[in-house]
Amino acid sequence: MMLDVLYFAWLRERIGQPRERIETSAATVRDLVAELAAMDEWHAAAFSDMSAVRCAVDQQLAELDTSLNEVREVAFFPPMTGG
Amino acid sequence: MSARVQTAPFDLAAELRGFGKGAGAVVTFSGVVRDDTGQMTALEIEHYPGMTERILNDYGQQAASRFKLTDWRILHRHGRLAVGEQIMMVATAARHRRAAFDAADYLMDWLKSRAPFWKRELSADGGGAWVDARDSDETSLKRW
Repeated sequence: MMLDVLYFAWLRERIGQPRERIETSAATVRDLVAELAAMDEWHAAAFSDMSAVRCAVDQQLAELDTSLNEVREVAFFPPMTGG
Repeated sequence: MSARVQTAPFDLAAELRGFGKGAGAVVTFSGVVRDDTGQMTALEIEHYPGMTERILNDYGQQAASRFKLTDWRILHRHGRLAVGEQIMMVATAARHRRAAFDAADYLMDWLKSRAPFWKRELSADGGGAWVDARDSDETSLKRW
């Protein structure tokens, strides 16, 4: 499946782009992270400490175990600092 | 009952005109850019367009149902904000004050750590450090 992967804040800076379109067969967010981290050193650096990374699946806050079945967009970002 | 995201400054009084008509209690909160170190020139706020608007609406509706609000409003800015500028506001209206206070507090806790905004402190030397999430904000959220 084709997935839009979005990055925000320091993840965007570390990876060097705000979004990318990838072909993947990852079943969960965790599988997708493993694939992305294996792409190059920048992705590897961004995903080196998953305790500092949060995610959203189709714009809903999600967990590493969230399924990617029929999903179109996944976003990765640091803990949010609104307000 | 609305949530809005914008770069432009806002006028709190104008936002509250006609808000919560007929309510017995209206509570408003606004967050302002502060400079704790004396080195900051501005705050830069990034957000997730699309998700932000939707999730702010969700939180507003959840607060409305939980605290029986008669009206609510959330406004959050993004982009570059100077020290002293207003960042965001929440307003809640209910029959009695306790519900209005609690709903505003609830909304702020959710906005702080579960709305897709990221702050960066820009300093005079051109640098910019991302603001870390606070453990205390996470603890506050657990109250609800």
